[in-house]
Amino acid sequence: MEQKTKINAEDGRQELVITREFDLPLELLFKAYVEPDIVEQWMGTKVLKLESKKHGGYQFETTDPKGNKHGFNGVIHEFSPNQKITRTFEMEHTRFGVQLEFLEFAKLTDDTSKLTMHIVYRSVALRDQMLQIGMAQGMNLAHNRLQAMVGKLK
Amino acid sequence: MESRRDVFQAIADPTRRAILTLLAVQALTPGAIADNFKSSRQTISKHIRILAECELLKPEQNGREIYYHINANKMTEVAGFIEPFRKLWDDRFNKLETIMKTYKTKK
Repeated sequence: MEQKTKINAEDGRQELVITREFDLPLELLFKAYVEPDIVEQWMGTKVLKLESKKHGGYQFETTDPKGNKHGFNGVIHEFSPNQKITRTFEMEHTRFGVQLEFLEFAKLTDDTSKLTMHIVYRSVALRDQMLQIGMAQGMNLAHNRLQAMVGKLK
Repeated sequence: MESRRDVFQAIADPTRRAILTLLAVQALTPGAIADNFKSSRQTISKHIRILAECELLKPEQNGREIYYHINANKMTEVAGFIEPFRKLWDDRFNKLETIMKTYKTKK
């Protein structure tokens, strides 16, 4: 089965591209990025501020299972409804610094749409570290697959 | 092959996976790592030693303290670099899709 979400991260580059096709009309996909209560649901975060407009900003806060709060924020550089959001993203109190995100929304058919998320990091090393976070978080999920592999190695 | 199997065994333990998750965000001293767990410092030290022995963690001397950080190259070998990151986004987007489908029918 073809994967709905694809990641293109070439070696030695400080950027990556995430693409995803949705069984949703373009307007509904875009709304999921604009309405704070919807963002809260699918991102699993609290939305403290979300100003969806040029020169606007946003602030998210997630609480981990230990009760620690983690902040995320950014500013919005470009906002074209149903087309494009250009924004920065930063995890507060980490050494990752800020990243630049270009989100492009496109209509495929009346009922399907596509998101292209182009993320640019300050350095190649930082991009690879961000991928590692995903790796560590995803490790629990990946573990079953790994176990199957171990079985074969033995 | 022997050391490779050790790597898989190393990450088969939930505490050791939790340690890796912690260290993905920042390098920490053994004490700081242990502070995040209810287990004794000795138990956590043992987990750290196992992770370091199969090179998933690298120690780095900083003054009098030793900081452990994740060895990216080794992690790549174990899990495949992109897949968990992709899965993370895939899960989020699946959720978005489900939510918006309900949203559509509610209208």
